[in-house]
Amino acid sequence: MSPDPQLDAQGRLVHLLTTEGLPAEIIRHILDTAAQFVSVNEREVKKVPLLRGKSIFNVFFENSTRTRTTFEIAAKRLSADVINLNIGSSSTAKGETLLDTVWNLQAMDADMFVVRHSEAGAPHLIARHVKPGVHVVNAGDGRHAHPTQGLLDMYTIRHYKKDFSRLTVAIVGDVLHSRVARSQIHALTTLGVPDVRVVGPKTLLPKDVERLGVRVFHDVSAGLRDCDVVITLRLQNERMSGPLLPSAGEFNKTYGLTPEKLALAKPDAIVMHPGPINRGVEIDSGVADGSHSVIMPQVTFGIAVRMAVMAILAGNA
Amino acid sequence: MKIEISNARVVDPASGRDGVAPLYLAEGRIAAVGGAPEGFRADRTIDAKGLVACPGLVDLSARLREPGFEYRATLESEMKAAVAGGVTSLACPPDTDPPLDEPGLVEMLKRRAESLSLARVHPLGALTLGLKGEKIAEMGELAEAGCVAFFQADAPLTDLNVLLQAMRYAATFGHAVWLRPQDVHLAHGGVAHEGEVATRLGLPAVPEVAESVALLGILELARSTGARVHLARLSTARAVALVAEAKREGLPVTCDVGVHHLHLCDRDAADFNAHMNLVPPLRGQADRDALRRGLADGTIDAVCSDHTPVDDDAKLVPFGEAEPGATGLELLLPLVLKWGGEMKIGLPAALAAATSRAAAILGVQAGSLAPGAPADLCLFDPERPWRVTREALASQGRNSPFLGYELAGRAVATIVGGRVVYPA
Repeated sequence: MSPDPQLDAQGRLVHLLTTEGLPAEIIRHILDTAAQFVSVNEREVKKVPLLRGKSIFNVFFENSTRTRTTFEIAAKRLSADVINLNIGSSSTAKGETLLDTVWNLQAMDADMFVVRHSEAGAPHLIARHVKPGVHVVNAGDGRHAHPTQGLLDMYTIRHYKKDFSRLTVAIVGDVLHSRVARSQIHALTTLGVPDVRVVGPKTLLPKDVERLGVRVFHDVSAGLRDCDVVITLRLQNERMSGPLLPSAGEFNKTYGLTPEKLALAKPDAIVMHPGPINRGVEIDSGVADGSHSVIMPQVTFGIAVRMAVMAILAGNA
Repeated sequence: MKIEISNARVVDPASGRDGVAPLYLAEGRIAAVGGAPEGFRADRTIDAKGLVACPGLVDLSARLREPGFEYRATLESEMKAAVAGGVTSLACPPDTDPPLDEPGLVEMLKRRAESLSLARVHPLGALTLGLKGEKIAEMGELAEAGCVAFFQADAPLTDLNVLLQAMRYAATFGHAVWLRPQDVHLAHGGVAHEGEVATRLGLPAVPEVAESVALLGILELARSTGARVHLARLSTARAVALVAEAKREGLPVTCDVGVHHLHLCDRDAADFNAHMNLVPPLRGQADRDALRRGLADGTIDAVCSDHTPVDDDAKLVPFGEAEPGATGLELLLPLVLKWGGEMKIGLPAALAAATSRAAAILGVQAGSLAPGAPADLCLFDPERPWRVTREALASQGRNSPFLGYELAGRAVATIVGGRVVYPA
């Protein structure tokens, strides 16, 4: 198998599967391109003809309204034809395999697949089996990766902090199950952030996570001290009580981002969250809606970043 | 049929013999090595110049997929794969459908295997009825039908009282109990070794303690019951250390390792290659190194192919959804030779791990070239490389992590009971 299926022999991006191993120049190119689209999105007519005539299939094997919608908006603003498929409720239920589904859609002359799947590596598998010229964008696979989310977070950080090379960034909460956290970690380390921290109890941090180039903190006060960026992760309902955590309340008390805990970070720190947020669990309303929060700008920038990724993949940017 | 094999380098791990000598086979048995028996007149002479002649390989685990999983492989396809790989005796685990928990099934399987006249098949009976871990199987009846030991395969056995009583019962009659140490709750649906690679890939992980905690429990029950216990498919350095300690103490335990685990580790799965989805999962580099050393120093008694043919579609899915396992019967010899060569332990010691030492665990007459032993042999060229391709494999399962690799050591001829069964 080829070492990195998302790059072609010339090192150009042909699929976006993960931020791991993505060269810094490509990440910067995506962010720069996104910056141009941010201004497009502020115009009265929010449409450019870059992907006119292209068919983009949103193939979601795992349900998601938010992410699918942002991809749909991004594709439409590029003038592409968008087809949404919630496979979770159709083909696989009839016994069709993942690749059969993809091959069938490919036969309908798809130019790009935006894929979400509950299994890690599913977009990699698809990328290895589509025709040359067909692009795959990973919209989240299991606990593995969510690269467009990671990239929109980089866009947000750059927007507010300009320079990555002097930052301290803390990622707080359920890192174990988070594809978002993994994509953020690889992007942050690639862009040269010197101090990336993960903060959480031992039950929610994956084994050997420090090998990804992060510092591990179990003490939230130490972990948040002097941070420029605080990213809180969503805690899924089903993990709030059981073998990993005793209760949502205890988690909020120990790791939930409250105004008191945020006071430990730098005075100009920004607070991010990939959404949807659980108020009073991983983040208090006072913080989510407060002056440090950039959660809504994240959503706005997300459209531009996804437009940039699609435009670059299609070779038009 | 009397056969003379001339000019072969005869390697007999059991006796330590290693040198060029003629071999004489008569009436299905080894008649002599070195000097011809009086009046021996060969019906057929095989010139084996440049080849090694060793006892046929004894494989402690080969899934033949019958009954129940004929779409993955059939007895015929896999028995052909066995002899193409130089395997002349094999133990088949009971995880068929239905499981081998009933004497009639075992007799039928043995009869079907015998009618093919290829390798010798030694069924492992189910330790519990239906492998459900609730009621003990009819060990006496199953042993009479031909089962050489009782195995729970990969099925969980969570009720330790059932295990305790099964071991007591087995000990009463001297039956061997085989167990793959893994705590089902600690494994928790994991598909990869808990460590850096699984963390990067976001794959649900099996911690090291899933193996060591189960292993400690089994060792305590072995100590208490006196049952002969065989630990199947060790995967971690910690397990190797625990077994070494138990053996020093004199507990009657043996253990094996799957041949893929001697060469591969979790890093090999870093590109989501579903062929690397094995049970137990490929562990870390330090674990692999401990398994390699443990097999060389005898802590691990034998190596097996853990042959698991899987159809193509079952691997053309995301890593975590792939059916685990690798085809192995034809990879066992080359991968054992590769391990032995890399460990610099010499051919006799390397082959011992898949012949005499494996036969001792099964308690069957195999794995020896001593006069009077069954004439089960493998002739192979230790130098000539071959490429592992789909077309090169006789097994119906083409699921190999080594597809595309070039390996040395492929059987040139395989003899079972004095009859050349490969090439057919």
